[in-house]
Amino acid sequence: MTAGADAIVVGGGLHGCSAALHLAMRGARVLVLEKDTVARHASGVNAGGVRRLGRDLAEIPLADAAARVWHAIGDLVDDDCGFQPSGQVKIGETEAEMAEMAARVERIRALGFAHEVLIGADELRERLPAVAGHCRGAIVVDGDGHANPFRTTQAFHRKARALGVRFLEGTAVRDLARAGGAWTVDSAAGHSQAPVLVNCAGAWGAAMAAKLGEPVPLSAEAFMLMVTQPMAPFVGPVVGAWGRALSFKQLGNGAVLIGGGHRGLADPDANRAGVDVAGLAASARTAAAIFPVMRHAAVVRAWAGIEGETPDKIPVIGESATAEGAFHAFGFSGHGFQLGPIVGRVVADLVTDGATDLPIEAFRIDRFAN
Amino acid sequence: MTARPDIAVVGAGPAGMAAAVAAAEAGAHVMVFDEQPGPGGQIYRAIETPGPAGDAVLGADYAAGRGLSRAFRDSGAEYLPGATVWQVSPDREVGVSVDGRARIIKAGAVIVAGGALERPFPIPGWTLPGVMTAGAAQIALKASGLAAADAVFAGTGPLLYLIVDQYLKAGVPVRAVLETTPWSAYLGALPRLPGALLRAGKLRQGLGYIRAIRDAGVPVIRGVSGLAVAGDGRAERVAYTHGGHRHEIAAEHVFVHQGVVPNVNLTRSIGCRHDWDPAQACWRVATDAWGATDVAGIFAAGDGAHVGGAEAARLGGQLAALGALCTIGRIDAAVRNNRGAPIQHALAWELRPRPFLDALYRPAAADRVPAGDDVVVCRCEEVTAGEVRATAALGCLGPNQLKSFCRAGMGPCQGRLCALTVTELLAEATGRPPDAVGDFRRRPPVKPLRLAELAALEPDDTDGGDAGP
Amino acid sequence: MFTEIATDPGAPTVTIVFEGREIATRAGATVAAALLAAGELHFRDTPVGAERRGPYCLMGVCFDCLVEIDGEPNRQACMATVRDGMRVERQRGAAGIGP
Ligand SMILES: Cc1cc2nc3c(=O)[nH]c(=O)nc-3n(C[C@H](O)[C@H](O)[C@H](O)COP(=O)(O)OP(=O)(O)OC[C@H]3O[C@@H](n4cnc5c(N)ncnc54)[C@H](O)[C@@H]3O)c2cc1C
Ligand SMILES: Cc1cc2nc3c(=O)[nH]c(=O)nc-3n(C[C@H](O)[C@H](O)[C@H](O)COP(=O)(O)OP(=O)(O)OC[C@H]3O[C@@H](n4cnc5c(N)ncnc54)[C@H](O)[C@@H]3O)c2cc1C
Ligand code: FES
Repeated sequence: MTAGADAIVVGGGLHGCSAALHLAMRGARVLVLEKDTVARHASGVNAGGVRRLGRDLAEIPLADAAARVWHAIGDLVDDDCGFQPSGQVKIGETEAEMAEMAARVERIRALGFAHEVLIGADELRERLPAVAGHCRGAIVVDGDGHANPFRTTQAFHRKARALGVRFLEGTAVRDLARAGGAWTVDSAAGHSQAPVLVNCAGAWGAAMAAKLGEPVPLSAEAFMLMVTQPMAPFVGPVVGAWGRALSFKQLGNGAVLIGGGHRGLADPDANRAGVDVAGLAASARTAAAIFPVMRHAAVVRAWAGIEGETPDKIPVIGESATAEGAFHAFGFSGHGFQLGPIVGRVVADLVTDGATDLPIEAFRIDRFAN
Repeated sequence: MTARPDIAVVGAGPAGMAAAVAAAEAGAHVMVFDEQPGPGGQIYRAIETPGPAGDAVLGADYAAGRGLSRAFRDSGAEYLPGATVWQVSPDREVGVSVDGRARIIKAGAVIVAGGALERPFPIPGWTLPGVMTAGAAQIALKASGLAAADAVFAGTGPLLYLIVDQYLKAGVPVRAVLETTPWSAYLGALPRLPGALLRAGKLRQGLGYIRAIRDAGVPVIRGVSGLAVAGDGRAERVAYTHGGHRHEIAAEHVFVHQGVVPNVNLTRSIGCRHDWDPAQACWRVATDAWGATDVAGIFAAGDGAHVGGAEAARLGGQLAALGALCTIGRIDAAVRNNRGAPIQHALAWELRPRPFLDALYRPAAADRVPAGDDVVVCRCEEVTAGEVRATAALGCLGPNQLKSFCRAGMGPCQGRLCALTVTELLAEATGRPPDAVGDFRRRPPVKPLRLAELAALEPDDTDGGDAGP
Repeated sequence: MFTEIATDPGAPTVTIVFEGREIATRAGATVAAALLAAGELHFRDTPVGAERRGPYCLMGVCFDCLVEIDGEPNRQACMATVRDGMRVERQRGAAGIGP
């Protein structure tokens, strides 16, 4: 039996830490239960991309609000999280792609968002002198960038603890029950009780939701990354490609981090994510095609992290449709790092006020129920 | 290159060569990969291409490898020298680079015989140019006939004496041998002496080296602690504590050694189970009597599985071959057991002196876990013992978390030269046994791979064969 | 310094260029052996602390012998074989990006 709490958060990833922090900022007593260690999964091992560029239309308002938090992230968590606003660039390699990209920029402009800007070949080469000759242009977002994911999640963790949040690591939640207006959460630490339950269990989020009687067709995916030996600086912004999977950035120590959505082998039950060489080879081909200097690179390490992906590739955020006092924020489908600082606030809004000023209708959990 | 061998062998040292010979003899199609330019592994390095240092310098144990390497060449096993294996997947796909080209070859069974490496020796100044392992000194001697006069050898373990002896046989003057075997080790080893005495010949050989070194007039200083190398941009002098006093010797070359430990990166990356071996203070892959790991079709043999020396490696290789042949259905269990029995018997005999040697040459705790906070632990990322301790104090419990906190283990050596130190440092700092602290997760590529090679890996190169268990 | 314990005048030699300096060496030697025999111990400067490093293990595990060979960075000198006319440079900090 653990001492009284106002809310129990399942999962100590960035979203669990952020929800706990925001709840604590409003005076709630919060308990976070994490089956492994804080930041052990997607939140600690992701590519650190802080990106509004290319977001699903439903996510843009959240991402836009998150961007404002990122630019003052130190005010929130007393740590700059290694955030580098070096910009994001998504490259077009053919005229056809450039046309699609222009249409995209127009479309979000019509929705009132001006952060994505189309640039041509000359400006692309100015921004990325090392880019391959065939690249035609790009969408750029200034003010986007990248941060250190492990450090970020730990910063949220530390700040939440400083505000009184209790974290129990190595504590898997096994079962949930609601009675008399309170949740009883059964975990390795015994039974814990609180009126509010927040599901931030990442790739395992659907298992939690199923216990509330609301199944979500979430698949656990092992997104892969690889990193090279340090190279002399040749690229500042984070680079992606319109027509193929790529996420490419050079870190402060010169190492180049290459990802882009190729998947390895996920085994969420065994907590394992293995790399798949064919997928890494595909990433390597894309990287070498867009930056010819990469032919000199040596890949030193590759890894994969487990992430929950929904069929429509946007997360589940909001109140439970079946159970009272339960809230969800999981299934970020490979791009939830940037959203971490804002979704925690949204969850706190929902818990304390029953509503939030950001549009989250598209993320309802019952969108899968038919 | 023919894809889809019945059995792929990683490493052409005594274990790998013996495994290949035994498997090929049984009619299996065997492919052997080794990143060295020729067969032999560590003990028989350059056995086919002797440099200026001949058998007279390298000794009879070395020369004995020639028979095995000939048998290996004649065995019909397909051998690829200069082949770096950067991955073995749990479903037995071997990723290998030869001549700047990567490919993936699927085998029915894989025998990992990658050998050992010298235990990290984290002391102040061990990163200075001029400080090398004693094994490195031996490699230069075996492969290129190179030696450095007036070097200081420091550390413990039978190999240290062997190499000094080889130097002396080559007529190369040695300035001093600084022996770090703690006095307590002699006492600890005594109870295990009777078992070892059954193989008195082995022990006498070791004593013979020590006597030869003393007879050559080389100062052998025993019970040394607090080793430290210093110099401006290169090794210039070695300091140490002996008899309660600090001493210093000038030396441009310092060769350090404190035993060998299994190189577990490949077996770890496959996902095989490993256990902490308290006697040898290292990780070892868990296997059955045939070298089978807990991953179907993956076998481990030789010093890479358990340090037992060249002869044990050879026998272990033969057993793994029998195990693999049985797994792929070439022989049945009765045949395997029949042929294996005398080999297992010989292996048990060979390992007789091991408990004694392990106890005697178990390096002092202070030489495995540096006391000083400014000693570099991770050479690649230049992370010190103090940083590791500070991270542990922040609540970091395991090596993988540590990696994220302070980058230890993230460099190109992929933890080979810091993993054991990190595990023992964290064990000490958090008051938990090494087994509970664990090891770095390792993933392919286990050796850096040129991006261009990875990019050139076409999907067709990943041959999805269906041979195997 | 490292020297050959016996010289074989008949052995074929090749010449490599290290940091602009010509070094004659035995054919078939590793780059590390050739440099050591020429008195070189300083093979690279580390990217993190700009420290001098040289070969430590000579068996391909420590990565302290990294050099640039014919413009290609991150080569392990102890695992590469010399070729006549090969150009070898110290690897300074992060690898250059080449031509
Ligand atoms: C390789 C990779 C690269 C990525 N790159 C980017 C990027 O560049 N930009 C970006 O925005 N996003 C990126 N993402 C996505 C981003 O990492 C995730 O969306 C985000 O971290 C999700 O955070 P989370 O807290 O929901 O999940 P997680 O970090 O997975 O946290 C969930 C936690 O819940 C715990 N848990 C689960 N079940 C239980 C239980 N029953 N009891 C107790 N605890 C439990 C888990 O152990 C886990 O720690 C990437 C993801 C990966 C894998
Ligand atoms: C530097 C050193 C020197 C030694 N010298 C002696 C000695 O003189 N006398 C003695 O009795 N013992 C010596 N030993 C102990 C030695 O471990 C054993 O005697 C014996 O060599 C073990 O045989 P093995 O077949 O298990 O491994 P090894 O002989 O080590 O053979 C393993 C082989 O695998 C190859 N390999 C490893 N990983 C890969 C990979 N990823 N891809 C491709 N190839 C790979 C290596 O190149 C090596 O040739 C030495 C050990 C070391 C580390
Ligand atoms: S000297 Fe260690 S890798 Fe070359």
